[in-house]
Amino acid sequence: MTGDAPALVLDCRGMRCPLPIIELARRIDDVEVGALVTVVADDPAAASDVPAWCRMRGHGYTGPGDDVEGAPSYVVRRRH
Amino acid sequence: MNTHGVSAPSNPPSDQASNPTSGGYFDAASTEPLHPAAREVILTAVDEGWADPARLYGSARRSRMLLDNAREIVAAVIGCRPDEVAFTASGTQAVHLGVLGTALAAGTDRPTADRDPVAVVVSAVEHSSVLQAAVHLERLGTTTATRQVGVDRHGRVDAGEFGKAVDDGTVLACLQAANHEVGTLQPVDEVDVRGVPLLVDAAQAVGRVPLPRQWSLLTASAHKWGGPAGVGVLAVRKGLRWRSPLPDDEREVGRVPGFENVPGALAAAAALRARWEESTTLAARQRELIDHIRARVPRLLDDVDVVGHPTLRLPHLVTFSCLYVEGQALVTELDRAGFAISSGSSCTASTLRPSHVLAAMGALTHGNVRVSLTREATRDDVDRFLTAVVDVVTRLRTELAGL
Repeated sequence: MTGDAPALVLDCRGMRCPLPIIELARRIDDVEVGALVTVVADDPAAASDVPAWCRMRGHGYTGPGDDVEGAPSYVVRRRH
Repeated sequence: MNTHGVSAPSNPPSDQASNPTSGGYFDAASTEPLHPAAREVILTAVDEGWADPARLYGSARRSRMLLDNAREIVAAVIGCRPDEVAFTASGTQAVHLGVLGTALAAGTDRPTADRDPVAVVVSAVEHSSVLQAAVHLERLGTTTATRQVGVDRHGRVDAGEFGKAVDDGTVLACLQAANHEVGTLQPVDEVDVRGVPLLVDAAQAVGRVPLPRQWSLLTASAHKWGGPAGVGVLAVRKGLRWRSPLPDDEREVGRVPGFENVPGALAAAAALRARWEESTTLAARQRELIDHIRARVPRLLDDVDVVGHPTLRLPHLVTFSCLYVEGQALVTELDRAGFAISSGSSCTASTLRPSHVLAAMGALTHGNVRVSLTREATRDDVDRFLTAVVDVVTRLRTELAGL
């Protein structure tokens, strides 16, 4: 992490994959290019699928963020 | 029709995909329909090989001869001596016996408090039977750790890294010949395990590709090469220390307890010999079909991740993942369209966890499709499948994501 705060936090707790990824794809354009989006998701598949989505769609995967009430989070940087 | 209470269900699930002759069965990596060569011998084998091969009278000697004949064929194909081959009840049983028996013989079933961790080294993409056997050893206290070696994005282990994971405390290393979910071949002959026993799970490779030569134990499963269910292979090199984890029994040179399945072993061997003889031409044909799928899918559909090594792979298998599609819905809709495929996505098995293989590769785990061709598959079957996949994925994306 680079220390800058996320411009958007997507609470995807309780959603099964691919729903958190669909949510991320829908909302990524809501932030400026270069800004961060945090996806909070308790579906274990998100740990693989958020980075895979970033690779396939040409965005940056920054790494895991802080847990939110025990649910893991994943930080994405909009690249285009 | 009364068959003494044994009959087909009156309402079998009606799908074309489960019928291998319909051309829609694309799940050979789970199980391949019986090879015609096995079908030819199976009734004769039942008639001729029913007696107890451990006895000394004529019919028993006949059974023993058939069993040894089967053993010789299997040994010739996997590249070892016939007396190194034991038949098991399944590929999974072969793996369990191989892993547990080798670790036990290493004499580690004693307190380890003042010693370095006693470890089994495995690749992160081994079949669950290997990973579960390693977990079982820890539970028994035979080992204190399982060391997983990661893979690259194609699902391939780095030979040097695998060798480095092996140290003085290692009792067994396990590396598959080819991956069951993505088809990637592993560099088994290139790893240096410095004398530590190496178990090679060759379930997906036997009868399809040249096998690694470096192994201490090799396991396989007949129904994956077109043999009958209920026959596995455990090959143990002469001189390897191995101790049965089960009560003593003299069958199969003390390696596998219980009465031998002679007809099954013979039919399995017949299928394997036929399979091996046709493997070069079959592999070339299947490779062409798989290359076609690998090339066409990303052109026909946006946002698809074709996974597995592009060249170092099994000839008959390809895996791809489609963004924004649920694995279970894909399996169901393709079945409805007449195609049987498997999926490594979560919710497609009895678990909420996605495939450990896809996760270890960093591949997309949802919307996953594994296509594995039988020996019957044609270009026409594959083209019909491609049409169906485009239709199903497009429809599911519209329904679920509005994309």
